[in-house]
Amino acid sequence: MIRFTWLQFRAQATVAAGAIALLAVAAAGLLHRDDAAARPWLGVLVLVAPGLLGMFWGAPLVAREFEDGTFRLAWTQSVTRTRWMAVKLAVGGLASMTAAGLVSLVVTWWAGPLDRAALNQFATFDQRDIAPIGYAAFAFTLGVLAGALIRRTLPAMFVTLVVFITVRLAELTWLRPRLLHPVLLNLALNPGSTGYGQGGSLLPVAFSNPTLMPNPPDLPNTWITSTRIVNAHGEGLTTGVLDSTCPGINRGRGGGGGGLGGHTKAPQAVVNTLQDCVAKIGTTYHQALAYQPASHYWPLQWYELAIFLGAALILGAACLWRIRRG
Amino acid sequence: MNDSIKTLLAASGLGQRYRRRWALSDCNLEIPAGRVVGLVGPNGAGKTTLLHLAAGLIAPTTGTVEILGGRPGDGPAQLGRVGFVAQDTPVYSGLSVRGHLRMAEYLNPGWDAGLARRRIEQLGLDPGQRAGRLSGGQRAQLALTLAIAKRPELLILDEPVASLDPLARREFLRSVAGTVTGHGTSVVLSSHLVADLELICDYLVLLVASRVRLAGDITALLAAHRQRTGHPVTLDDLVVGSMSQTGDVR
Repeated sequence: MIRFTWLQFRAQATVAAGAIALLAVAAAGLLHRDDAAARPWLGVLVLVAPGLLGMFWGAPLVAREFEDGTFRLAWTQSVTRTRWMAVKLAVGGLASMTAAGLVSLVVTWWAGPLDRAALNQFATFDQRDIAPIGYAAFAFTLGVLAGALIRRTLPAMFVTLVVFITVRLAELTWLRPRLLHPVLLNLALNPGSTGYGQGGSLLPVAFSNPTLMPNPPDLPNTWITSTRIVNAHGEGLTTGVLDSTCPGINRGRGGGGGGLGGHTKAPQAVVNTLQDCVAKIGTTYHQALAYQPASHYWPLQWYELAIFLGAALILGAACLWRIRRG
Repeated sequence: MNDSIKTLLAASGLGQRYRRRWALSDCNLEIPAGRVVGLVGPNGAGKTTLLHLAAGLIAPTTGTVEILGGRPGDGPAQLGRVGFVAQDTPVYSGLSVRGHLRMAEYLNPGWDAGLARRRIEQLGLDPGQRAGRLSGGQRAQLALTLAIAKRPELLILDEPVASLDPLARREFLRSVAGTVTGHGTSVVLSSHLVADLELICDYLVLLVASRVRLAGDITALLAAHRQRTGHPVTLDDLVVGSMSQTGDVR
């Protein structure tokens, strides 16, 4: 069954191997590290590779058998269809992990000096090292399951893409910040670097009240997951407190002490009003930061890999269950 | 040969429902081994459903079916005892003829590589040709080769000649007949044309509107009809006559 899987899969594997070899040659010889545009583009490549593998390797795997009717040929050989599915999942899954791992390896190696200079390793967290291997395993099995359920290649590819992006975003914004206890840090409010405005979260601007917005301190290689303004009891700064302490601040909307508030430079009077306000608020309130320190980078990479590999195993089991039911 | 092997297909209360429609209902059959069975009936009568049940591609909604004493599709050994050629003879269009033979060799422990190679040579197929570029007749012959060379005890063929021209049709049926005499293989072959079956079949099952209307040895069926009515009929007349009746004739 493994030999047969390879017989069918080798064309796709050859294409992938060629593409990765091309990337490695380009990275080694052609792309200069002072080419500023290359780093984000290579990052995007690592980011989309798992999704592409899920769409083009995962989704057609079972869906095409149904579309072409060849499942009637495949499942009447002397191999149970459970074994057929298990071997296909294993070979395709390992190949996807290898492909994504190699792409990540090349990019991580190429961008290494730039990443070290940028001192912001969490900004490229899902484009480097081992996390992409987990994404690829997940995307591939997701594609296979979508194909087994929908039985049509194009809709299965589309569903794979949508679900993959949704899961990745949910994990990134909700789960990942909660995986490890963050380091907590209290800082006095700095009138020189605190602005006034709204937004800053995934909520649309219209749904959030304007408040003071401190400019987070420069902590190299960390991931700041939350910045709040709280008093000694840990209570957050409310609009009511802000308005009573600084009457009229809402009218001077758009001012920014640290240049955060807007693109046009605010009049000096507005800036002064805001700085006075921040100083007054700062007597009872401070800035509470939560961040993942640099030492959490590798533990989080391993967690990320384990979570997506675990999800891939669950999806793989679902594929086997679906195929066995016929 | 033990007792169970003497029965090629045993179905009891067999039924298959797709959503709300019964594709096959209350099917009771006992077909002895060693026969060449023609499964005939109009389109949509449930022929493909019965054959998919026999090949283990689907599990029945109600009742049971046994093939050569075993549950269809139950493990590699049972799968190896049945060769299946599906309707429209599906093959992997991107895979070469040689690739298909290699596939079947990898997947079937009882694979007869010599037999497969000889057949491909006799048919004049180019082993390097991609299966997607074969003619309908060549594709059907490739699919038949894959099913025959795994050396099954039972060969199931679902409308294998429906899309073939008369010449390819006769060639194909001759290949099937050759396998029967050469290896003692039992065959179940479906068609909506009686003329296809008459050439090689000795046992008939007639399906009409998801039910078995007629089943038995063809010679015996014709003799019984002659006894009942007093004049001889052709198989075609017998089938057409039974199809228009409402009762169950056995």
